[in-house]
Amino acid sequence: MLKNLIQPRALAAAAVVGLALLALPLAVPRFYVYMFSLIFVNALLAMSLNFVVGHGGLYQFHHGVFYGIGAYTVTLMLTKTALPAWVGFAAAPLAAALAGLLIGVFCVRLSKLYFGMLQISLGSLIWAVAFRWYSLTGGDDGIHDIPIPQFLSAPRPVYYFILVMLGLSLAVLYLILKSPFGSTLRAIRDNPERCEALGIHVRRHQLIAIGIATFFAGVAGVMFVVVESSVFPGLLFWVLSLEIFIMCLLGGWFTFAGPMLGAAIIVSLKTFVGVYTEYWTTIMGIILILLIFFLPEGVMGFLLEKFSDRSDRG
Amino acid sequence: MLEVIDIHKSFGDFKAVTGANLKVGAGEIVAVIGPNGAGKTTLFNLITGQLKPDRGNVRFKGEDITRLPPYRICRKGIARSFQITNIFPRLTVFRNVQVAVLSQQRKSTVLFRPAQLFAVEETRAILKTVGLLGRAGDVAGSLSHGDRKTLELAVTLGNRPELIVLDEPTAGMSPEETGATIALIRQLAADRGLTILFCEHDMKMVFTVARSIMVMHQGQTLIQDAPAAVRENLKVQQAYLGSSRHA
Repeated sequence: MLKNLIQPRALAAAAVVGLALLALPLAVPRFYVYMFSLIFVNALLAMSLNFVVGHGGLYQFHHGVFYGIGAYTVTLMLTKTALPAWVGFAAAPLAAALAGLLIGVFCVRLSKLYFGMLQISLGSLIWAVAFRWYSLTGGDDGIHDIPIPQFLSAPRPVYYFILVMLGLSLAVLYLILKSPFGSTLRAIRDNPERCEALGIHVRRHQLIAIGIATFFAGVAGVMFVVVESSVFPGLLFWVLSLEIFIMCLLGGWFTFAGPMLGAAIIVSLKTFVGVYTEYWTTIMGIILILLIFFLPEGVMGFLLEKFSDRSDRG
Repeated sequence: MLEVIDIHKSFGDFKAVTGANLKVGAGEIVAVIGPNGAGKTTLFNLITGQLKPDRGNVRFKGEDITRLPPYRICRKGIARSFQITNIFPRLTVFRNVQVAVLSQQRKSTVLFRPAQLFAVEETRAILKTVGLLGRAGDVAGSLSHGDRKTLELAVTLGNRPELIVLDEPTAGMSPEETGATIALIRQLAADRGLTILFCEHDMKMVFTVARSIMVMHQGQTLIQDAPAAVRENLKVQQAYLGSSRHA
């Protein structure tokens, strides 16, 4: 069965990369161990977004909100309650998925761009709450020195913990994409009207996809807290959502692993360029322009193929 | 089996369908003809729920299905193909049909098991029936126009419908492909007991295949009768309406 699920070549490549990543902390300085942990967090975030954007064809424009909700949920559970840490770790993805479904219920009623616009509006409301509610969220200061469990106090254990979380999440996402649901989701992406005529309840499928994507955004939020021991409203800000979108664009929407590559490139650039200049967003803008000019098939091909107007059919 | 009663649909000021009536008996092959703009495609969209009528009813097996969403109508046993070929270009030929079969089997929300464990036999059987089994692994977007139309028909069959609604199933096909499609439609009606409703510009095809023909003009039903009677009547209509290119 495994042989049918994944091509031997891809499996071999995944195994090599996985082993290299397992060995990495033994070979590189602490700083890189930290940076790679951060890459893994963003990799999962981008993968979760691509699940609905690349495979589901939905304009999920404000995915960062669900990442932030995951991060804030685990933080508040760790700082304001006496519950064991794992409860917070489990509650965060569920809270993110719940928020995703709630916002999604309204969004899937709208088509295409309007979906994205409503999501940005509703998401920005949540950002505003996190930004203003000082007594709960610490406002724009955020919350720092979050008491994460003792065994996660050094970079190496954190690295391995994050790597395992990423691996498990990827396995689940991969399985879902290969399932009947995954096939149906891609069919909906290609042609929602036709799916509707095939007896498929399109909105329900889209909503399930949003639930899955936002769940894993919540997992990424937990991972972020484990790495950084802090949260701040920037996690819910739309600029971050744009950044995740660019990771997917950069890496390639139609490949399974592409968004992870995009995340690795963006996080590394941000880390190294950030040392020399504060104007990181300028660099990102230039990257985006280069992307559009030099990878027109990756980006434009998708836009033309996927987002072209389909209303002209008889 | 299917009954359309005095149905109306306008788009703004444009009256696309203004009183269409149609009866399709179980096991029948029924054709809708009429010039371009007569409202044939709109009528089909009203039947299968892509459009909601302003007035009038659609009944299927005695049940009122007017204004149900398309996916509900499909689940009642009506599947359709589209005039402008409407497949999933990025998916393989196999997947195109499998998606329909999965939907019919209510398996499209199975999350954690591989898709290749589901609906394989059914999908292959359908591809074999339409003669596309050899192309099963190809990306649908790479097929020729005729093969895409055939795939469209195969996807429609994936729903195991009782009634299939085909919007110009042979449009743009070569004469050989048209012949093959006609044979296929007849075979489906005979072997599977399918009821078929279609519209078509090719009059030769219409008069050889259909048992009953409904003529539409300017959104209205002029007549529905057996081919011979319609042919007789058409002469009268032609004289009356002046020239109608397709009549």
